[in-house]
Amino acid sequence: MKRDLYWVVAAGGILGVVALALVELGNPPNMGFCLACFDRDIAGAIGLFNWNLPLGYVRPEIVGIVLGSMLTAMAFREFGPKGGSSPALRFMLGMFMMIGALVFLGCPTRLVLRLGGGDLNAVVALAGFVLGIAGGVYYLRRGYNLGRTQGTGWLDGLVLPAFLAVLLLLLVFQMQFVEGGPILTQAKAFVGGPNSPIPLAAGISISLAGGLLVGFLGQRSRLCFAGGFRDIFVMRSGHLFWGIFVLLVVMVIGNLALGNFHLGFDGQPIAHADHLWNFFGMALVGLCATLLGGCPFRQLILAGNGNTDSAMTVIGMLAGAAFAHNFMLASKVGEGATVYGKAAVLGGLALVLLVAILNRRK
Amino acid sequence: MDQETRGTVEVDARGLSCPIPVIRVKDAISRNPGATIEVLIEDQETEENVTRLADGLGLAVSKPDPASHHLLLSPKQAG
Repeated sequence: MKRDLYWVVAAGGILGVVALALVELGNPPNMGFCLACFDRDIAGAIGLFNWNLPLGYVRPEIVGIVLGSMLTAMAFREFGPKGGSSPALRFMLGMFMMIGALVFLGCPTRLVLRLGGGDLNAVVALAGFVLGIAGGVYYLRRGYNLGRTQGTGWLDGLVLPAFLAVLLLLLVFQMQFVEGGPILTQAKAFVGGPNSPIPLAAGISISLAGGLLVGFLGQRSRLCFAGGFRDIFVMRSGHLFWGIFVLLVVMVIGNLALGNFHLGFDGQPIAHADHLWNFFGMALVGLCATLLGGCPFRQLILAGNGNTDSAMTVIGMLAGAAFAHNFMLASKVGEGATVYGKAAVLGGLALVLLVAILNRRK
Repeated sequence: MDQETRGTVEVDARGLSCPIPVIRVKDAISRNPGATIEVLIEDQETEENVTRLADGLGLAVSKPDPASHHLLLSPKQAG
């Protein structure tokens, strides 16, 4: 086995172990990691959507992943600030990637974690996700690209990591700026509060440590949940897919051992059985991720590497979360997609396909 | 048949996001069978991806300048 492949397998396996541990320590079921939900929680924590919604927490996992990737990239001399490849379009694609994920209720990483917990709704979503990726590859093969990046100054590459680091400090010091306003506080006071669909979270330091470790592994392995399938289409390479496969195996074994494996469609934690919209929601995510060059997890890792286009994508995802919760686009746990969510997914698919068609250039 | 006369084809993969460099290199290989492909690369990840593609296609990979990420892909000599 080649050294590259060791990293991918190690990243998938250890990501699984960390995800299982975080759930045992308090994270929501089948949500050791969810790069869409956790970004959404950050959007809530800084008041980008209705303060009355009990969803808001500066997830230390996200901060850890970006900072872990950044420190690793610096240590291996790969930190290279660059950007300028259609940042506004990337912002928009990030927005729709988030909206699609919040209609399904999970990013591609959580899709695999849900599969590993026996949630069969994730099988339906996986089919949509792969179809979306295949659609993206169709346009990639026909010359789609968002233009070349240029090198930028080191300060540009530090903006997103520094922003997240500041938010983490505000969390640690439990800042509250306005009475009844956005709360940057320990999860149990807010995320797990009354009426919250999200039950609790693991402690700050353990979540941060898990994020840092996964950020290190993501940077070294280049693991990408869209790339795993995309590279099979593009170059018949199962290299990245191995990471996803190993993660799934670890999750199934771990959940069986911990008594958290429940096979079925109904009653799955933080999920719904609205099959059509699980399918189309993740089709939108697969299409956006392929056109962006990586899934939400990979975007965070690249942002840590100094890629400011990925930083724009992450900020677009925060905006997408704000739209999703201010305008009722996010699906309701245990019920299904809202009428607005369905419209946003269909409109998103149409707009994103237009981006793909209009950006073909040789 | 004589690989020397096929010349070298250049693919500029600098600044292109994943997996566009791989798609462009693959295109260049299929349009110029037998040619040597020079790929201009500026980051480690693209170098790894193009190397993996070339390995999969049975091409020889060499690095003309160890200080850069540029790669030369050429058909393996028979025998």
